[in-house]
Amino acid sequence: MTSVVLNRRNLLAAGGAVLATGVSGLLLPARAEGLAPTASMPGGANNYRKGAPTVDRIGKGGFWMSGTVRRAGDGAPLAGQRIQIWAHTTEGQEHEPQSHGATLTDKNGAFRLEMPQIIPIFGQPHGHLAYDSGEFKTVFLRPVMRSAKETSLEAHFVLQPA
Amino acid sequence: MRSAKVTLIWAALAAAICVPIAAAATSPLLAWRGPVYILAGFAGIIALGLVLVQPLLIGGYLPGLSAYRGRRTHHWIGGALVLAVVVHVGGLWITSPPDMIDALTFTSPTPFSPWGVIAMWAIFAVAIIAALRRRLGLRLRTWRIVHMPLAIVIVVGSVVHGILIEGTMETVSKAALCALVLAATVKVMADLRVRRKRATLELR
Repeated sequence: MTSVVLNRRNLLAAGGAVLATGVSGLLLPARAEGLAPTASMPGGANNYRKGAPTVDRIGKGGFWMSGTVRRAGDGAPLAGQRIQIWAHTTEGQEHEPQSHGATLTDKNGAFRLEMPQIIPIFGQPHGHLAYDSGEFKTVFLRPVMRSAKETSLEAHFVLQPA
Repeated sequence: MRSAKVTLIWAALAAAICVPIAAAATSPLLAWRGPVYILAGFAGIIALGLVLVQPLLIGGYLPGLSAYRGRRTHHWIGGALVLAVVVHVGGLWITSPPDMIDALTFTSPTPFSPWGVIAMWAIFAVAIIAALRRRLGLRLRTWRIVHMPLAIVIVVGSVVHGILIEGTMETVSKAALCALVLAATVKVMADLRVRRKRATLELR
């Protein structure tokens, strides 16, 4: 007759095994389907203004917002995608028109837009980015700077067809 | 000698509250904020200062105030705390409505928001129950059982909220004020417990 021994070591081992499978399952949800689409972040759409103009630079610049846009599944870079960017900067608050601008991705799916220095607002130094052109599902991102002293910030989009 | 000690205690309390406010007033971030946002921020800092005064008053640690006067002042400061929180939240709402709505609905991406919102509701709850205590016919014992946990929620919520925020407050003076708030709360809770135990022993 076999008896199941329920001691602390067995429980810990079993618990650890369950945790490991559970967590890895959560971290890699799309292994079978390839690259998973980026979900919108909470608060990402705050103070969004539709149709920000495409610009060479927002205001006087000095800070770089950059990132990539790829297609969900195969991860192919998406060229010519319009990304809108806004933040609370040294030249304006989040909701003000001069704080908003848009740029297009290059042939490698990368974008890079110079803007004024981002300033902590509502307790965190952060920027806002949006893909909202219709071909793919809308995504709003809200990346946070590790330090308010940083002069660049990145955000990456993986888009799925609308 | 005695009066020197009295002066020292009051000066220390004034410094604990005024130094963080003065330090925040020199923050470079203020240059890029509107007047309403600045007011809202300082209302929050003042609220944290008032949270320090409350346990000191009720513990009787401030010299020159009788137990009665201490309790009366505690009530008034409680009212001022509600006002400061209303100005804080209202000002932030005017500054950026979507960010404030996210915070109040617990959907904000900022980790400090829920702590502040929970502390706010605890402050409102204490104020409302305190105002209605007589009408509700709450006995002092019952009131204590209600107030103590809410006071702990207010203190912990306010301190975590303040520490996690990257704003106009200067780091060291903010940490010092938060440490004092925690220390004063722990001290008064411990002292009141001892006093109550002694009182029940005497009754036996």
